[in-house]
This record gives sequence, structure tokens and C-alpha cells, in this order.
Amino acid sequence: MQSRYSVLIISITALVYSVAVLGVRTTASAADSPASISGEVKFQGTPPKPTRIDVSQDPLCAKAHSTPLTTEDILVGPDGGLANVVVYISDGLSTQTFQPPQQPAVLEQKGCQYKPHVLAVQSNQKINIINSDETTHNIHPSPVNNREWNMTQPHGMPLEKSFAREEVAVPVKCNVHPWMKGYIAVLKNPYFAVSDKEGHFSLKDLPPGSYTITAWQEKLGTSVQKITVGAGENKTLDFTFKQ
Amino acid sequence: MSNKSGLIRRVAISILIAWNVAGYAQESHVGNLVGNARRGKALYQRYCIFCHGQYGDGRGESAAYLDPKPRDFTKAAFKCRSTPSGSLPLDSDLYDTITRGIHASGMPSWKPLLRQERADLVAYVKTFSPSFQEERPGAPVEIPPEPPPSTESIQRGSELFQSMNCWSCHGKDGRGNGPSAVSLTDSKGNPIKPFDFTSGPTFKCGNTDRDMYRDLVTGLDGTPMPSFASATTADQRWDLVHYIRTLSTANRSGHILQVKGR
Ligand code: HEC
Ligand code: HEC
Ligand SMILES: [Cu+2]
Repeated sequence: MQSRYSVLIISITALVYSVAVLGVRTTASAADSPASISGEVKFQGTPPKPTRIDVSQDPLCAKAHSTPLTTEDILVGPDGGLANVVVYISDGLSTQTFQPPQQPAVLEQKGCQYKPHVLAVQSNQKINIINSDETTHNIHPSPVNNREWNMTQPHGMPLEKSFAREEVAVPVKCNVHPWMKGYIAVLKNPYFAVSDKEGHFSLKDLPPGSYTITAWQEKLGTSVQKITVGAGENKTLDFTFKQ
Repeated sequence: MSNKSGLIRRVAISILIAWNVAGYAQESHVGNLVGNARRGKALYQRYCIFCHGQYGDGRGESAAYLDPKPRDFTKAAFKCRSTPSGSLPLDSDLYDTITRGIHASGMPSWKPLLRQERADLVAYVKTFSPSFQEERPGAPVEIPPEPPPSTESIQRGSELFQSMNCWSCHGKDGRGNGPSAVSLTDSKGNPIKPFDFTSGPTFKCGNTDRDMYRDLVTGLDGTPMPSFASATTADQRWDLVHYIRTLSTANRSGHILQVKGR
């Protein structure tokens, strides 16, 4: 019985709270000159050499590659830029809740690899999962804050999924092809980016404010910085990771 | 309707839902039995705590000596369900597992306990994870009538075993020794073996054809065994069931043992 009452109290509190937040949102949505933060993620030191992956157990995977497949856990560009780093606002956005974008994110299985290797989405944003390979994959995320599932996907089968809660990042694997590993970062706000091949990223359309920015890399961990941007301001922010 | 009364209505509805879900989580409903978590707790401490632990996290005193490890109930991920992959199990799923026990594991059958006691245990097991308060189980799998096994059905099943990559885990001849088998772990990171279909009817989630059909739809959550829900049609799943039956040395009577071209 007691727990029923506490649930009652919690739901009332949550309701009062959400009404209050909604009220604030409508009055404060006048930020008309958005700010932006862009920069580069760098790898310091000698980058590790990607190692070869043996895909011969599945001829349909082997067939898709003329040159051997290599590991993607640390990808460093020619000028030391680090790819596949998730950069996002981890603090500073008050308690505002954000609607997920209408546009689904796309995760493709191609050549028995995940494209992209690291995908960033908003919580509850639809993820359109595609198998462009001839072989059959199973896609198996192992989240901590979200529910685990494991679906087989033959070529061409449509599959749409989403994650409800923030989590950086959910490991995803295919158990049929043990080398297939990727990540889905789930963010509760729309201000995030994944660094490109040269290590570049940019966070656009930010409301002016003071933020904590976190950069996450699957092997090298996280790096955190604080930054303040005024209305219309474009600031530069670089991150450095080493092994 | 004015905006305000709409809001009041929504408040009322969400309170009602929260109330219901909270009550539901303290109870279990299996057929006409209503299990009670408080009674279940006393039974749990007597029968289950050594393996599943005081906090339901699977870290009881005997856990170190067991392989596979006892289930961690705080994760609310269960192997034997009639609900989709990623969904909570039905109360009756947990009840059935507790009744049946799990082959080739330390999990005994609790059939000697009264039906009411097993329902009480289900209610208590659900209290270890908040998921049972926040979510409802997905819609249970519908199992259509089984078509009679035929040489053609078995042949189609054998082709699906190939194209669906069952062989990469379970092995070309179903001995659980496919090329990916050595790499497999459960979601706790412990090594796990794909089922050896030649070993006879010792399935974890039940031995009937319907059980196997259901496993193909739901997958075994927390393990590499995936769901084939949208990947296969109902007929294809029966084909797979018929084929898998032929791999068993202890084949049930009434099933066709020969597969063309094998
Ligand atoms: C001797 C150790 C042991 C005892 C005692 C024991 N269990 Fe288990 N239980 C296990 C193991 C091991 C597993 C996991 C088996 C597997 O994953 O194959 C398990 C799994 C389970 C599952 C999960 C089924 C699924 O679908 O994933 C439930 C539910 C469960 N036990 C309930 C109970 C209850 C209730 C009791 C007490 C009445 C109990 N167990 C007593 C060892 C034990
Ligand atoms: C990625 C690896 C993988 C693939 C692919 C796979 N399985 Fe499994 N399967 C497993 C593992 C691992 C288990 C054992 C799970 C456990 O012990 O908890 C299992 C268990 C089973 C079981 C036994 C369930 C039980 O109740 O004990 C059946 C039946 C089964 N698989 C059928 C299939 C069929 C049919 C296919 C293809 C359509 C398939 N599997 C594809 C890994 C796989
Ligand atoms: Cu794969």
C-alpha cells in the first residue's frame, strides 16, 4: 500500500513539474541568434595500426571486400584527427526536455561492418536499421540504461528501433560475425556530433549559455571541458586524446 | 472541452495508470492464481537465495560454483518468454520456468511447491527490477497450428538453417560448434555455448514443437540467440522446427528422420 501512495505523490510532483517547465519554455523561446561550437579532436602520439580482420568464416562477407577488413576502434586521420568521437552537451541545458527529430537516423550493415561505426541519435529518435549485405546478420545492442534486444535481419528486411533513455554509448554487435562491433550514442538533447575522418565536429544552433561539453571515444574514454557562448557567437573547442 | 478540464482528465488518468502499475508489480496473475510478493519473499529466502542472492542479482553463495550463472533479476531480461525480444516476460512465463526448471543448469524444477507458492515467488521475483513497475510486457506470440512434418518441410528447414546463419553458431550439423561459437558470451560477458541439437530434448525453455517455435519468435534475451520474428514467416519457423527435430539422435517418434541430400 505504502508504495502505491509514494507513486501517487511522485506522479503528482512530475505533473506539476512538467507544467512548470512547459510554461518556462514558451516564454524563453526567443533566443533568435543561436551560437555554435566547433573544433577538432586530436590523437596525441603514434596512432596504433589498425589490425586485419579475418572474415573468411562467411564467404558472403569475404566476397564484399577486395582489400582486407581492418579494425575501427581507433581511427586517426593523416593530420592526427581522431574520428568517431561523440561530442555532446552533458550539462548546462537546465531541465528542458527535447522532442526527438522526425527524421530517422540510419544504421547500415554493409560489407559486414556497421556504417557508421559510431552513430549518435536523440532518445526516442527512430533508427532505421538496414542490411545491405547478402548474408543474414543479427543486431544485438547491450545497453545498461535501456532494454536489451536481439533481432535477426536478413538482406532487405525493414527494422526500426529506438532507445528511450540517454546512454553514451550502447555497444552493438552481431553475434554471427564476431568482428562486427559498433556503438549507438543516445543523447537527451539535440546538441551533439560525431567527429569526421579528420576529427572535425561542430555543434550548431545552440542557445547562448555556459555548457559542459563531453567527448567520448570507445577505447580512450571521455574528456570534459567547460565553455560559455553568447548569442550569435561561434567558438572553437579542441579535444586531445592519448593512449 | 476546455484546456483546463482536458488537463485535469489527463492528470487523473496518469495517476490511475501509476496506481495500477504499482499494484500490478507487487502481484502476479497466473490463470486464476494471484501471487503475493510478501509471501513470495519468505519462500524466496528459503529456496532461492543461495543461488539468486538476497538482492536478486544472481550473486548468491553458490553462484561461484555454477555455470551458467543464476539469473540476475535486477536486469529483468529473461530467456524463456512468450513476448518479443526486449520485452518483459508474462507472469505465466516466469511461473512456467519456475515449474519446469532449466535443463543443463543449476536451476531446479520447483514443481513440488504448491501452485500458489510458485505464483507468490513470481510476484516477488518481479520486485527486484523497477522495469516491472515502469513497463508492461509486449503482446504474447501467437502460435498457429503446426502443419504436419514432411520431407519438403524438412528440406526447406535445412535451407533456412543455412540462409539464416543458424549454422554459424549451432554448426553445420547442429552440434553447437559453428565458426562463431567460440566467440559467444551472454550479456554478463560469460562464455555461452549454442545449443547442441544432437543432444536430445533438453531445451531450456521447453521441449515441445510449440516451445521451439516460440523461441524462434522471441529469441533468448541476454544471450546471442536472436529473435527471428520478422526474419521468418510462420511456415518457415515450422520448417525450421521440423528440420531441427531430425538432428536429434533421440528423435521423437512420428518425425521423419531422413533428409534428402544429407
Ligand atoms: C541451485 C541454484 C538455483 C536455485 C536454488 C534456484 N535457481 Fe533459479 N536459476 C539458476 C540458474 C543457474 C539459472 C540460469 C539458467 C540459465 O541461464 O540457463 C536460473 C534462472 C532462473 C530464472 C530465469 C528464467 C529465464 O527465463 O531466464 C528464474 C525466473 C528463476 N531462476 C527463478 C528461481 C526461483 C523462483 C527459485 C527459488 C524457488 C530459484 N530460481 C532457485 C539457479 C538456481
Ligand atoms: C548468433 C548465434 C546464434 C544464431 C545465429 C542462432 N542461435 Fe540458436 N542459440 C544460440 C545460443 C548461444 C543458444 C543457447 C542459449 C542458452 O543456452 O541460453 C541457442 C539456443 C537455441 C535453441 C534452444 C532454446 C532452448 O530452449 O534451449 C534453439 C531451438 C535454437 N537456438 C535454434 C536456432 C535456430 C533454428 C537458428 C536459426 C534460425 C538459431 N538458433 C540461430 C545462438 C545462436
Ligand atoms: Cu553480421
